Amino acid sequence: MITFDLNTIWFLLIGVLLTGYAILDGFDLGVGALHLFTKTDLERRIMINAIGPVWDGNEVWLVTGGGALFAAFPDVYATAFSGFYLAMMLLLVGLIFRAVAIDFRSKQPMAWWRKMWDVSFSVSSILSSLLIGVALGNIAWGVPIDADGEFAGTFFGLLTPYPILVGITTVALFMMHGAIYVVMKTEGELQAKIRGWINNTIIFFIVCYATTTMVTLLYVPHMTDNIRDNPILFLLPLANMLAIANIPREIHLKRNFRAFLSSCAAVAALLALFGVGMFPDLIYSAPEAANSLTIYNSASSQKTLKIMLIIAVCGMPMVIAYTASIYWIFRGKVKITEGSY
Amino acid sequence: MDFEMLSRIQFGFTIGFHYLFPPLSIGLGLFLVISEGIYLKTKNELYHRMTRFWVKIFGLIFALGVATGIVMEFQFGTNWATYSRYVGDVFGSALAAEGVFAFFLESGFLAILLFGWDKVKPTTHFVATILVCFGAHFSAIWIVVANSWQQTPTGHHIVGLGDQARAEIVDFWQVVFNPSFLDRISHTYMGAWQAAAFFVLSVSAFYLLKRKYRDFAFGSMKIAIVIAVVASLLQLVTGHSSASTVAETQPAKLAAFEGHYPAHAPAGMYLFGWVNENNETTSGLEIPGFLSFLVHGNTEAPVTGLKAFAPEDRPPVNAVFQSYHLMVGIGMLLILLSLVSLLFWLRNSLPEKRWFLWVLVFSVLLPQAANQLGWFTAEVGRQPWIVYGLLRTEDALSKSITAGDVLISLILFGLIYLLLFVLFIYLLNEKIQHGPDEPEMVEGHLA
Ligand code: HDD
Ligand code: HEM
Ligand code: HEM
Repeated sequence: MITFDLNTIWFLLIGVLLTGYAILDGFDLGVGALHLFTKTDLERRIMINAIGPVWDGNEVWLVTGGGALFAAFPDVYATAFSGFYLAMMLLLVGLIFRAVAIDFRSKQPMAWWRKMWDVSFSVSSILSSLLIGVALGNIAWGVPIDADGEFAGTFFGLLTPYPILVGITTVALFMMHGAIYVVMKTEGELQAKIRGWINNTIIFFIVCYATTTMVTLLYVPHMTDNIRDNPILFLLPLANMLAIANIPREIHLKRNFRAFLSSCAAVAALLALFGVGMFPDLIYSAPEAANSLTIYNSASSQKTLKIMLIIAVCGMPMVIAYTASIYWIFRGKVKITEGSY
Repeated sequence: MDFEMLSRIQFGFTIGFHYLFPPLSIGLGLFLVISEGIYLKTKNELYHRMTRFWVKIFGLIFALGVATGIVMEFQFGTNWATYSRYVGDVFGSALAAEGVFAFFLESGFLAILLFGWDKVKPTTHFVATILVCFGAHFSAIWIVVANSWQQTPTGHHIVGLGDQARAEIVDFWQVVFNPSFLDRISHTYMGAWQAAAFFVLSVSAFYLLKRKYRDFAFGSMKIAIVIAVVASLLQLVTGHSSASTVAETQPAKLAAFEGHYPAHAPAGMYLFGWVNENNETTSGLEIPGFLSFLVHGNTEAPVTGLKAFAPEDRPPVNAVFQSYHLMVGIGMLLILLSLVSLLFWLRNSLPEKRWFLWVLVFSVLLPQAANQLGWFTAEVGRQPWIVYGLLRTEDALSKSITAGDVLISLILFGLIYLLLFVLFIYLLNEKIQHGPDEPEMVEGHLA
């Protein structure tokens, strides 16, 4: 069984940060991925303003996750980011364009201007989700790591079928999550339209998810070791399936907020499954499994982990408190006003 | 070009671009707190319009700061992997603390600042403004802690040997309050306040010249002049204090500031000059003995010169000399400009002094330039060390990437940042031309 030493706690905390990111920025990216399916300027403005006040705060979960990884497991931060160099650069480009597209679109009335930022918002959201998924897929499948803990592969070596499959699954997941979020934030015709998409996004996601699960069981056996050894963890995939199955039911009953909570639970359960599969590795090394970076061989000193824990314990409750109050202030349906994007 | 040089150029370029925006956000944050505070106290509608206008500009600047900041967060890992392994234990915490304590605060309450006018009470909005301002100042703290630690490392010990060596934390507070931190954070803050104050002065002067929004422009100017005077005068104090810390902790850098070669001799200060690095001589207009006086309080006291260091331990001298002198020169000019503005304001003649308003319109470039030059001085002056005295820049690179990879990303960032810069200037210009909303325009206007 696991012992709750500092390394394990930091494994969990980084998991929490990344889960927070996936839940929160996940719907932003999903809204972006669906953006081009809406047609009129007003609809598109509503889409953007649905995430307008919150997307930046959501992205900070990634920034902080990155910082925490740097501090707690510097070797992983160094190996992964330098190893996935060109992919990281593309991710950064995606995040840059997403940020400026949201801000710039409303600043000029010309049709070509708005169209340009619509496309850039959507493409960059899809690209970012895809790359995040591809990165996770690689970490799970395994990448070549040498005895010094350095990445020994190539850019194209990262684009193998399994990571791409995980990437597409991530896009599908975020699309579903984003569609549900927008339904919650809109009313009238647009809401009815998006409600109609939800089933398609769920089907798309389930197909991807089922394929990924099958491939994982067949070809990535080390991801299932922990569950096999601790049968209680079977509750996780079970919870995950229930959460997903609950979404169409809540949507049907027009309980949008509950549908959204279900979708959040599904995202969280998926990441938990990923974490359980990886533990105690942070990057799995293939073919030399012995070179994997684990929470022990890549960690900072105990002292740093302890200081960081103090920082987290002081800081995170505040973060959660004001994140919650901001969502509360901006609750309800989107209204386009003078100050909107 | 070689791998090391490309990586350095990429880091310098991307951080330099990022650093165009944070100083403005930090300083405008302060400006907004003041203007909104006056509005709440006096209920004068003018200050309400003022706050709303500058909040919009703030939003635009902030968006670019965010878009370019995210690149920095990951660049330590992508391009400086060996360095990241080396310093992660010590300063990863600072980066994480920045996210936890500052970025969440800033980005969260910014939403209220931008979109919350009709959703929350005026006092709540004001609290949000204060928190955004506080968050912006706080985010500077952590990143400057990290950077100051690599300039003047303390509070750590080195474990492991050779390739495996890394710094581990011993005393958190010693890491935070390393010898150069307080000087550098205060100098950075003042630079940020100056950047925003002259930005506001420039836009407002432009309106006065066009004879538009007179009350609005003059009101904004008054706040900005106060900030400019305070920050410009304090900048001299904090700059001087930084220089004396450099003298103690990084003597090779100080010697490069003044192109001082003799290993052990009294040193003067140049008003301007040129360093010939081949002959190891410096010529120009010099105040003899003045550096000795500033460092030791005695014009005869010897100052350690570059010859006391092996050639491979010296920074590039002329580049540092020039950037340092330009920064200080601009600092003096800004003091002059802010005092003259204050004088004309007190004499009630500012709106009539058209030549001076034109000067103010262009003055916005000066603090921006000084901020860039300042970081250039501090960072290039630190070379060849990436962590001063401990790790060399050439040993700090990523091992799994190639010069070709860096070239591709450098070109990519070059093109994207060029595009962003053009768009930023274009949109900023549009906003400025559009001007503050007239009171009756606030209703029914779709952006
Ligand atoms: C916490 C760390 C940190 C912080 C806050 C900054 N830098 Fe820095 N900087 C580095 C960490 C660093 C570095 C990673 O350590 C580099 C890369 C290569 C080197 O020697 O130092 C560097 C290099 C570097 C260079 C190239 C110097 C050379 O290679 O000769 C420039 C021009 C700047 N920086 C400029 C800035 C600016 C404008 C900053 C203000 C925002 C700034 N730096 C903040
Ligand atoms: C290499 C070092 C740096 C890194 C890694 C970095 C990282 C970042 C990141 C990730 C963001 C976006 C946060 C968000 O999403 O809201 C950001 C924005 C910001 N950064 Fe930096 N930054 C660096 C240097 C600096 C410096 C030196 C300062 C100030 C002295 C600074 C001040 C700010 C501020 C105030 C913001 C908020 C956005 C803005 O005001 O433009 N940063 N930075
Ligand atoms: C008035 C005379 C000034 C003096 C004597 C002065 C002095 C210095 C010194 C000695 C450093 C190097 C610190 C180090 O390497 O640790 C520095 C850095 C810097 N300066 Fe100045 N400076 C002056 C004016 C300005 C002005 C007007 C600005 C901007 C508006 C500015 C912005 C900066 C910045 C951003 C840095 C890098 C950050 C740091 O190291 O603190 N300086 N300055």
